[in-house]
Amino acid sequence: MVSITPVRPVKTTAAEPAPRNAGHSPRRRAGFSLKDGAASTLLWVYALISVAPLLLMVTNSFRTTQQMASNPLALPSALNFSSYQKAWVTASFETYFVNSMVVTIASVALSSAVSLLAAYAFARTKSKLFGAIEALFLSGLMLPVYLAILPLFFLLDSLGMISNLWSLVLVYGALGIPFSTFVLASFFRQLPVELDEAALLDGAGPFTTFYRVHLPLVRPAIATVVVFRFVPVWNDFFYPLILIRNQDAYTLPVGITRFFGEYQTDWATLFAGLTLATIPLVVLFLLATRHIVSGLTAGMSK
Amino acid sequence: MSVSTARRRRSTGITLPTRTGMVFILPALLLFGVFVLYPLITALSYSLFSWTGIVRGPFSVFENYVTLFTTLPFREQLPTAFLHNVLLFLGAMLFQNTVGLGLAVLLHRLRRFKRFFQTVFTLPYLVSPLVVGYLWSLMLSPLFGPVNYVLKAIGLGALAQPWLGNPATAIWVVVFVTAWQWVGFPVLLYGAALGGIPDEIEEAASLDGASSWQRFRDVTFPLLTPAIGTVSVLTFIGAMEAFAIPYALGGSQGSPAGATDVLSLLFYRTAFESGASNAIGTSSAIATLLFLFIFGVAILMTWLMRRAERRLY
Repeated sequence: MVSITPVRPVKTTAAEPAPRNAGHSPRRRAGFSLKDGAASTLLWVYALISVAPLLLMVTNSFRTTQQMASNPLALPSALNFSSYQKAWVTASFETYFVNSMVVTIASVALSSAVSLLAAYAFARTKSKLFGAIEALFLSGLMLPVYLAILPLFFLLDSLGMISNLWSLVLVYGALGIPFSTFVLASFFRQLPVELDEAALLDGAGPFTTFYRVHLPLVRPAIATVVVFRFVPVWNDFFYPLILIRNQDAYTLPVGITRFFGEYQTDWATLFAGLTLATIPLVVLFLLATRHIVSGLTAGMSK
Repeated sequence: MSVSTARRRRSTGITLPTRTGMVFILPALLLFGVFVLYPLITALSYSLFSWTGIVRGPFSVFENYVTLFTTLPFREQLPTAFLHNVLLFLGAMLFQNTVGLGLAVLLHRLRRFKRFFQTVFTLPYLVSPLVVGYLWSLMLSPLFGPVNYVLKAIGLGALAQPWLGNPATAIWVVVFVTAWQWVGFPVLLYGAALGGIPDEIEEAASLDGASSWQRFRDVTFPLLTPAIGTVSVLTFIGAMEAFAIPYALGGSQGSPAGATDVLSLLFYRTAFESGASNAIGTSSAIATLLFLFIFGVAILMTWLMRRAERRLY
């Protein structure tokens, strides 16, 4: 259940790329040496270990189970999408995919919105009460909150919200608050107070100041928060396993467990299903590599 | 808004009045209070009562905890599951601080393809742990899994075996798959920490005649302490909370024969699959113990880490 949760990220700016090539040894000789060769061989070997299972997942999703049985490593001879069609339509991946999208987008929007408001208040007040509330939120970064699933189940049950996608939206929305307020508050704190004062002198109230002056300035931090909440919510398996009892409301991870029971021997379809569940993350990764790499390492570049 | 209020605020250094601030905080506080805080506090109390189905019975002090340590199946399953969580932590730590650290050092010296390798090593970290678990269960399948196929192809056919069917190897598969998924994070973190070490320090050491291994052991490695601390805390929390990968590899029963069982699976089984009359009481006791253990050790580790960092600078 580990999620991408940097312990103390974004002290500086989140959008700033991680320090690259910062530590060139000035005495290194140019050109190829035996040592460099061994180093790059090791890197390529681990790159293969790291990516081969994912590549096999994709290549085998285009092949038939019979072809896999004779050689699991061969490349597909043609792009055969029939397994995808089977997973998408027959195995209900269409439903799971749409449910996952709705839950992920709605809950990330919810937690980002409430966290933006709260983080702004944390950064712009100095009372002890607000400090205590901020510390309370922060403790959520370290607490294994998933262990509170039983009371949560009863609470949602009493509200008639079991098997309702909105129960997941509310739960993930709440679970996103510690990380999101943490990142956003440290960002708001870097904005000079003079901004607020200038807005105040121009006659803007606190909400106008927040909306018109601060919000546009913290956009990079919002991007970080959205990316870093999207991944764990999209991938989470525990909450829907317990809170969703109706197959029509399954999200992808729970759908996959059911699917693995039903299609045990149909490897081609299994690989297609796993690929489908991974595609949105790859798209996100390609769109936001910079945010992901810098966000993961930001705590270190202090 | 009048100029006088603006002046008043500036003089106290506060730009947002408490009441307005409350309006800003309220939505988050409400959401967090209802869906995180309230269940958390209630969950701790659940373990102190005896339950009949979903009806709360009398206050039973520590009876549920006594049950965990004295009656079957808990008496046997609890220590086994705990041991597996510990193995998971130690195995992942070993992998991340040898393979992960090694890759970070190699990458640090690299000029080209750096971003490419970073991306490739981080990719498994983004994929759902459940998908990772199922993917590896297919990779390691005794039927036509690619791993055994490769072993046979390179003449190591003797090693080919039903990795997940054999209780002796199954838990190590869980450890390896988890470490495989997590290793990208320490690579990035250690890489950033290495990048933050000024060249002058290493240069000074090499001018003093230190070999490259001595430089690494006595200069670079100690400066990585904060990063290693961060990785240790996150790995501990992750290993103790492990659920999706063991579930995908061994099901909720921790097959074969409990060989891949972990504490979260035991909690889940007890609460939602056992059908026992006092399921809520005993499962809440498991949850409370696990909760206190994770939180306590994580705080202790953070404290030790801070102390080590202070000594460093």
